[in-house]
Amino acid sequence: MSTGDNPYQDDHGNHDASVTRRGGESTVDTTRTSGPVTDARGGPFLIGDNMTGGYGKGPDILHGCTISVDKGEIAVIVGPNGAGKSTAMKAVFGMLDVRQGAVRLDGKDITALTPQDRVVAGMGFVPQTSNIFTSMTVEENLEMGAFIRTDDYRPTMEQVYDLFPILRDKRRQPAGELSGGQRQQVAVGRALMTQPKVLMLDEPTAGVSPIVMDELFDRIIEVARTGISILMVEQNARQALEIADKGYVLVQGANAYSGTGKDLLADPEVRKSFLGG
Amino acid sequence: MEFLNALVTLANFVLIPGITYGSQLALGALGVTLIYGILRFSNFAHGDTMAFGTMSVILFTWLFQSWGISLGPLPTALLAIPFGIAVTALLVLGTDRVVYRFYRAQKAKPIIFVMVSIGVMFIYNGVTRFILGADEQRFADGERFIIRAREFKEMTGLDEGLTLKTTQGLTVITAVIVVALLFWFLNNTRTGKSMRAYSDNEDLALLSGINPEHVVRVTWLIVSALIVVAGTLYGLDKTYKPFTYFQLLLPIFAAAIVGGLGSPLGAIAGGFVVAFSEVGITYAWKKVLGYVMPESLEPGGLVQLLATDYKFAVSFMILVIVLLFKPTGLFKGKSV
Repeated sequence: MSTGDNPYQDDHGNHDASVTRRGGESTVDTTRTSGPVTDARGGPFLIGDNMTGGYGKGPDILHGCTISVDKGEIAVIVGPNGAGKSTAMKAVFGMLDVRQGAVRLDGKDITALTPQDRVVAGMGFVPQTSNIFTSMTVEENLEMGAFIRTDDYRPTMEQVYDLFPILRDKRRQPAGELSGGQRQQVAVGRALMTQPKVLMLDEPTAGVSPIVMDELFDRIIEVARTGISILMVEQNARQALEIADKGYVLVQGANAYSGTGKDLLADPEVRKSFLGG
Repeated sequence: MEFLNALVTLANFVLIPGITYGSQLALGALGVTLIYGILRFSNFAHGDTMAFGTMSVILFTWLFQSWGISLGPLPTALLAIPFGIAVTALLVLGTDRVVYRFYRAQKAKPIIFVMVSIGVMFIYNGVTRFILGADEQRFADGERFIIRAREFKEMTGLDEGLTLKTTQGLTVITAVIVVALLFWFLNNTRTGKSMRAYSDNEDLALLSGINPEHVVRVTWLIVSALIVVAGTLYGLDKTYKPFTYFQLLLPIFAAAIVGGLGSPLGAIAGGFVVAFSEVGITYAWKKVLGYVMPESLEPGGLVQLLATDYKFAVSFMILVIVLLFKPTGLFKGKSV
């Protein structure tokens, strides 16, 4: 597959896995190091402010998109397919080039930080797909979540097991053998292990049954009550907006509507276009 | 008596050499498998890294010998191994910084890395020849044998002798220690687990705060250690010649693929499968069969399936058979 005009990403159709290994490669430049963090007081706890950018040298996907969340709040991003919801989340986490705009966390401008340093700064991210280490056990997944911690993380692990009791029973099993719902629990649990100040979830309920979905939403509210801010992309717009303090409707990489969850649910335009009437 | 003689002959010519050679291949294959698993490409420079690493061990050995330092009955090279590892690690980490890192920053496809590693192979090859030349070098010293054939015969009263060289004993013991250390490291330490995590899913490793460049550096360090130990043991046991080390690339890759690329346990199993196949197929079985078979059935010929000149064909055959019938290898590595 050739991507754009980067000759290094043209593998001339090689599919020989005896010399190259595919799967699990990074989508970002892992050799990048963090730039400076500057003070930027005021504003919400986490804000991706007026972000414009795209992947690598590719075209812009986000066009002046703004997303923010305050302490202990739940903010939800909804919108049609291809609106750039996941891209906006990745932009906030530094996984693509933000060419304009800034990301600020807790009074600091962190636009120049690498994703791994944003974890240290107190952000947690659960991607939509490939969000667990499939070859490692549930417990090892949680341990990797606690990688940056130097203190005793056992109590946090206990908290995660209390939040998702099924994981306690399966802790010695490879995470790749779990069901879809259980995998999502591992994914959220892994992100919680860093004790983040902000937890970002990209479609946490994708591909799980309605019962498990309700359960996951309950758990997410529970996490938010402990004071962790939650920024979440959701397909089930109506249900998500019901629990949201703040909602964003993205269309083509830009903010179309924003307001409290209740406002958006009540807005006739939003209802007509995005919530099916 | 007949049966014991057969057993001793078998041990002397097949089992002991097979286990020794298998251990050496296993150490080499572990390095290949680690790079494949973590850096995602097959490192064609592996054989020449081994040649370079062993060369540095040889140079340090000569230096120590000139200073009159020795380990008594053990080869002085053992003392030189840590220094050889340090020099090799510097070379390999330098190469990564100057060459491979550039391609990582471009997000180059793994096949590009394979091609780059072939370039690196030629450079290392040249460096080794420039410093030490292409000739055979001997650097083994100390006690040569643990058990001598004559002593064994006197001791047991058997017709057949058993020889156990010091280097053979050393190879197996060292390999066991190194492999145990490696597995303990990968499964129990924080850094080891972060390497497995990075191998599983790079982006998620990033999202867990793991520094990918650190993982890459640790991987190269471990690979340097494995390759220098493997090369030195091979050189002590047989002989050192840069071209032979380049040729070892084939059995080493065969071992890694037989075991399942990306699986450390597989690399070890693969090493022994390849070694025993090679030794077994090129060994003349006449003597062993002569002892165990009734006189009427005794073979007339040498019963050697393949001349030793063709031993590389064995690796090739194994490679083809595995790729045809069990492409994931014995230990469920990554599908090939």
